[in-house]
Amino acid sequence: MSYRNNPEAIQALVRPTEVHKDLFIDDEIFQLEMEHLFANAWVYVGHASQVPNVGDYFTTTVGDQPVVMVRHNDNTVRVLHNRCPHKGVMVVNDPCGNTGKFFRCPYHAWSFKTDGALLALPLKRGYDPDVFKQTEASQGMAQVENVRNHRDFIFCRLSPEGQSFEEFFGESLSTLDNMVDRSPEGKLEVAGGVLRYMHDCNWKMLVDNQTDTCHPMVAHESSAGTAVRVWNEAPEGTPKPMAVEQFAPFISSYEFFEGMGIRVWENGHGHTGVSDSIHAAYSDIPGYQESMVKAYGEERAKQILGDVRHNTTYFPNIMVKGPIQTLRIFKPLAPNKTLVESWTFRLVGAPDKLLERTLMYNRLINAPTSMVGHDDHEVYERAQHGLHSRGRDWVNVARLYDPTEEGRKNEVTNGTNEWQMRNQYRAWAHYMTADMQQKEPA
Amino acid sequence: MSAITDQQLVDFVYAEARMLDEQQFEVWLELFTEDGYYWMPLAHGQTDPRLHASLLYEDKLLLRVRVERLAGQRTFSQQPKSRSHHLLARPEIETGHEWHAPDRGQYVVRTAFHYVETRQDQQTLFAGWSVHQLIAAEDGLRIKQKRVDLVNCDSAMRSIQLLM
Repeated sequence: MSYRNNPEAIQALVRPTEVHKDLFIDDEIFQLEMEHLFANAWVYVGHASQVPNVGDYFTTTVGDQPVVMVRHNDNTVRVLHNRCPHKGVMVVNDPCGNTGKFFRCPYHAWSFKTDGALLALPLKRGYDPDVFKQTEASQGMAQVENVRNHRDFIFCRLSPEGQSFEEFFGESLSTLDNMVDRSPEGKLEVAGGVLRYMHDCNWKMLVDNQTDTCHPMVAHESSAGTAVRVWNEAPEGTPKPMAVEQFAPFISSYEFFEGMGIRVWENGHGHTGVSDSIHAAYSDIPGYQESMVKAYGEERAKQILGDVRHNTTYFPNIMVKGPIQTLRIFKPLAPNKTLVESWTFRLVGAPDKLLERTLMYNRLINAPTSMVGHDDHEVYERAQHGLHSRGRDWVNVARLYDPTEEGRKNEVTNGTNEWQMRNQYRAWAHYMTADMQQKEPA
Repeated sequence: MSAITDQQLVDFVYAEARMLDEQQFEVWLELFTEDGYYWMPLAHGQTDPRLHASLLYEDKLLLRVRVERLAGQRTFSQQPKSRSHHLLARPEIETGHEWHAPDRGQYVVRTAFHYVETRQDQQTLFAGWSVHQLIAAEDGLRIKQKRVDLVNCDSAMRSIQLLM
């Protein structure tokens, strides 16, 4: 059986309370995700602070598509397919830099404006103008038409047709807004470098994990549990180190995670940590509170800092933590290969100590050398192997299932509910098939 | 105490690597001063461990957590266990290093290495150099800071579970 042009077969992989193993291990499904899901959804590209000046660029991928994000001469951020229309060479190779007024391909010196338009090519008289303008190459580097800048977060939709940015995100942008508002100047900057961690597992396992509140006390007993045990042996009166503040909540009780709540938005977006979270009890950093009150007033500052959301999943493949200013991207490379990039932000106008705290969290939790990371990495890869078993075919997401939940949105539920996972898999089936035609029977 | 000889510094570096490869982590941990740090930068030529990300920047408390975790019954990522092997080039005494001051009992030693970490069917080779900042204490040399620079520090990596 082939899944290509077969939306019914794809939709049948997602049942109300379970999803089929082919989502994680099937080559054709992965290829169709790249062609359909990552084209139909609004996917995070990068942050405008990475390209502050005209001509600044940043190279990345959207699904499996190499792209370059660049600040054009009208000061808007553009996203181009990173592919020379001549022979197919990736025009830009550095992770970031400044290209000046135009891109120049290193192979034959074709050059392009920063909106992709063909500027010049050597020995142009060798082309008959009437013939050349009929070719695809005359149009230059392909520009992604649908790009949106939300408070410096750049998203794009590769497919020319589809859902609008507002429809896609609905109320979920409030997490990004809260992270930005945590800067006394209402501004974030990417800072401190990016941690890049390679996993031999499917990208959706990482997405699934972000709102899985029943694993920390089990999988992370070895790391967070040991940290708490070692800390308890410290002499009475020793000030609690920042690292212990960050580790300890990972092994909170089931009751804690149940109580903190999950908010489920539409289209696969949702977040853990509604009324409380593992980021709620960090020590104050001198000077920060004051600068927030000065910028926003007492009440508004309290409201911003009191919103301590844990993990916000933006479908399909990023997770944001407002209170600790991190953004993780789960980049799909193959059905069994995912690159996890963990980015950090400086709250402009806030004390350096906040960035230091953010970087410590990222290092302790998200680095290839992180003990917490090792715990998760191990179970993801065991799952990637285990799913090849023919003893069972389905992955279970039935916890606290309510038959009336489908179609409901913007609701808060028990913090251990797998409703948010079901929300993601329903969105998966939708964006996989939204633009897919059923093949006519032969 | 009497002056530390170059040979003692060199011997210390070899012995430290051997403790790691023999997984004598508890003994290894005691090589660090109470305010000692283990630093593995993320960026080539990194100077700031605080406001730039690192792979590791751990004080003795965090190193102790790491060491105890490796021995834990529920440390599933070490079932089965990883193994490591250091191949060291001859350690060099960094007499030109600003922190190197034998008259104050401070020594800096740089050692190029190849390091292999294995677990099950995976074997990964790393190359780099370590810089030990050592202090002469009453009962021998202690590590004030061990800095490990990987030649591919900014590459995407799989888990590195043991210590280089």
